[in-house]
Amino acid sequence: MHPTLRNMLTAGGILTGFALAGTALVVVTYQQTHPIVAENARRALLANLNELVPAERYDNDLTADTLEIRDPAAFGTEQPVTVYRAYRNGQPVALLATLVAPDGYSGAIRLLVAVNADGTLAGVRVLGHKETPGLGDKIEAGRSDWILGFTGKSLSDPAEGGWKVKKDGGQFDQFTGATITPRAVVGAVRRFLVYLREHREVLFQRSPDRERSPPGGIQR
Amino acid sequence: MSTPAYSRILADGLWHNNTGFVQLLGLCPLLAVSSNVINGLGLGLATTLVLLASNVTVSLIRQWVWPEVRIPVFVMIIACFVTAIELAMNAFLHPLHAVLGIFIPLIVTNCCVIGRAEAFASKHDPLRAAVDGLAIGLGFTLVLVLLGGLRELLGQGTLLAQAQLMFGEAARGWTVQVFHEYRGFLLAILPPGAFIGLGLLIALKNVLDARRRRVLAARALRPSVEG
Repeated sequence: MHPTLRNMLTAGGILTGFALAGTALVVVTYQQTHPIVAENARRALLANLNELVPAERYDNDLTADTLEIRDPAAFGTEQPVTVYRAYRNGQPVALLATLVAPDGYSGAIRLLVAVNADGTLAGVRVLGHKETPGLGDKIEAGRSDWILGFTGKSLSDPAEGGWKVKKDGGQFDQFTGATITPRAVVGAVRRFLVYLREHREVLFQRSPDRERSPPGGIQR
Repeated sequence: MSTPAYSRILADGLWHNNTGFVQLLGLCPLLAVSSNVINGLGLGLATTLVLLASNVTVSLIRQWVWPEVRIPVFVMIIACFVTAIELAMNAFLHPLHAVLGIFIPLIVTNCCVIGRAEAFASKHDPLRAAVDGLAIGLGFTLVLVLLGGLRELLGQGTLLAQAQLMFGEAARGWTVQVFHEYRGFLLAILPPGAFIGLGLLIALKNVLDARRRRVLAARALRPSVEG
């Protein structure tokens, strides 16, 4: 065999050997950690959901009883939105959804919104955002009480025209130096409530034969 | 190839050849993550772990890897360790992993990791390579924690906020509220604060080094003056 060719093959062989060993390390680590990671993610999600709809209010498996809905106009995102449905003794209790407010000051704001069966808000929380620290980040529950002000509100309290920040003639406070961020959050919550006014019945409906499949017509 | 003493390796990694203060490598994660002590500590320790593992491995295999293919092999080793450590952090330090996010996988691109593999570990025995990885990593962690502490203190008047992300629920009360009724100093938390803070820390290190050199020089002179 030509010496150059042999050199090339040996070098390739060394690379292959290390690639295989490295991949094996990653595979083993992945298999060991994957169940723990999945359980962590489920628990973190459940902790978020339970903060708005406490565990004693429902008796179904909240993280499994979900719907995927795609409706860019209502939700502000092309991605399907996950809706979690809480029931107690088969009666609707609340709907929770992870929404996106696309018009934040620096990008999208991810929200978790919970609405009781009677149409009042059980609460709103911010899951993630890139707003300015010290100004727009007052939407976080840990930094100010602003986001807690949504609890108990509905489309009739205040009336739909009041679902704006005060600067735009509505009922909701803006922050000093940050109007765009609260405006985006109020808008996203209002859009979801309007969507629910029309679709709540369908969303809560459980198809009799397959409990966890989404009802027809919702998946657009 | 001369073999440096362990004390020399430690002093170089922690101070004289510090990644953050002197070599200025890995600035992207350094500046981005150092907005508080806990984030800095988390990224610093993860980087230290990667450095330790990659340095030892590179040193162990240094006879078998041909010079022509050494760089791809080093990159592969580092990438595999980073992936494994990222998965482990996601499993065992889930909240901290969520905060540090993209900066954990980005340890792969931290030049100081491949730099140490190429410049040190591939030329020295595994024990020295391990000490070097540890020293460089802890030096990097030191800068991250100092800068994080400075920015957290000026920015929000606390130290060790969100310690529970790293040390579990028992650490929730560790937060030190240094200034009470503090309104916060936004600049320190925003990206420019990271650059200004790092600049000030480097200046401080240079002042300390210059003073030490003067003292040493004065000490060297004194006998000749007296004699």
